[in-house]
Amino acid sequence: MKFFLIFLSAFLVNNIILIRFIGLCPYFGVSRRLSTALGMGMAVIFVMAVSSWISWIVYHWVLVPNGLVYLRTASFIVVIASLVQFLEMFLRKNFPHLYTALGIYLPLITTNCAILGVAFLNIDYGHSFIETTFFSIGTALGFTLVICLIASLRERLDLAPIPESFRGNPIAFITASLMALAFLGFVGLFGLSI
Amino acid sequence: MNLVLKAVVTLGSLGFALGLALALAYLRLAVRVDPRLAKVLEILPGTNCGACGYAGCEKYAEELVNSDVPANLCAPGGQEVARKLAEVLGVELKEVQRRVAVLACQGGRAEMKDAFRYYGLENCRAAHLVHGGSKSCMYGCLGLGTCVEVCPFGAIKMGANGLPIIDETLCTACGLCVEACPVHIIHLVPFPQKVYMGCASHDKGKDTRKICSVGCIACKICEKSCPYDAIHVVDDLAVIDYSKCTSCGICVHKCPTKSIVDRVKVRPYAIIGLNCNGCGECVKVCQFKAIEGELNQRHKVLRERCIGCGLCFQVCEPKAITMAGALGHKEKTVQYG
Repeated sequence: MKFFLIFLSAFLVNNIILIRFIGLCPYFGVSRRLSTALGMGMAVIFVMAVSSWISWIVYHWVLVPNGLVYLRTASFIVVIASLVQFLEMFLRKNFPHLYTALGIYLPLITTNCAILGVAFLNIDYGHSFIETTFFSIGTALGFTLVICLIASLRERLDLAPIPESFRGNPIAFITASLMALAFLGFVGLFGLSI
Repeated sequence: MNLVLKAVVTLGSLGFALGLALALAYLRLAVRVDPRLAKVLEILPGTNCGACGYAGCEKYAEELVNSDVPANLCAPGGQEVARKLAEVLGVELKEVQRRVAVLACQGGRAEMKDAFRYYGLENCRAAHLVHGGSKSCMYGCLGLGTCVEVCPFGAIKMGANGLPIIDETLCTACGLCVEACPVHIIHLVPFPQKVYMGCASHDKGKDTRKICSVGCIACKICEKSCPYDAIHVVDDLAVIDYSKCTSCGICVHKCPTKSIVDRVKVRPYAIIGLNCNGCGECVKVCQFKAIEGELNQRHKVLRERCIGCGLCFQVCEPKAITMAGALGHKEKTVQYG
């Protein structure tokens, strides 16, 4: 039950985009089409899970024993950047189809704040390794859900008779804010709070 | 001091270890790529916009190198990038003939009746879902400008009569409008082809006549008048065989409903010179009664009737006929010159 609640909290109640406002650049950048949004979401699920594990290991096995907790920002960035590089090479060699499916989004994720943010949140909440797994996968699924929702909405918005000045990003911002309000409705689910 | 040293050593060794691991991994995991790939990637704009239909420039570059993908899909790069790509990939030998998009419908607001009033999204694809659009002809242009929206080169404008006008100097024949049109009435024709069918209606002639003043009524006059056997009525619609058509323009003038379109603004006209022997061959061949004269005397061309098809020019034994005003002359040249 504890793991389920951690997962649900990360997935809906504390949704990384709509409640925490982390990872907003892909939220607007690659949400024009559902297919690209889905590709980005899959890449995020993949990288977020792996990078949380590695950064958890680096933090608890390298930084804490040496009393270098204040170095976590720098070391996490180094770890995540090299991890993505490694993943890219590994996938390209062994899973070319997955590599082509993820495409440009895999390297783009290196600079995604959501990845680094989740690594930090895991440390801040004092999660164990298994809790880290549930938390990061829940967060990544929440990210994917929300980015696919806004992509579907924006595909419809392209056809709607919107006033000239609201076309494109302005109406997307308004839609996003309404979505964030709607997601506040999940607060209190199973007694979970923000 | 100790603290700084510790930090430097830890971060440094972390970075070194990761770097080493990446380097070692590269030895095992490196994937050999086509050397042309790097060149192609350099040529592509690198904006990863996806206009080519692939997930980013890298994917398009891969497709270009590995499979037989057209080199002219990059919309932001345009003609220049397409030319460079063809150079690098060595595909310039089988260069695609220049083509141009044409609209196979002339039924604007004045020419064609509406079947009903359409209140909805200003988009042809949406309008087409409602009983195939508001036009009474199911092959007619809906005129809501979806082709105008998709054209990345600004080559299509909406005309006053509710039909799009394609600027052939800007058209690159990318085919986006062809795909976007729900009625499928934008066609790509070879650029040198000056005459094209301005109607796509397969309705029976009687039905077409009721709803549209410029639709093909399948009367077969064009078929009979064509000296090159290049136009035939198939399924109640005249179809031009571009391999035989010489764009002479006879069918354009013969067509009773004017449903064949001529891209040439001003046609040339025939002049009969002094060495005409009056054999009368040209009179026989002219389909517009534009040449007259007594036998064995110099003949005369009636300028207002001559359409410049050039048939008389071909049959003239003493080579007395010249065609004045070459194909493609602009209206302006004629007006002022």
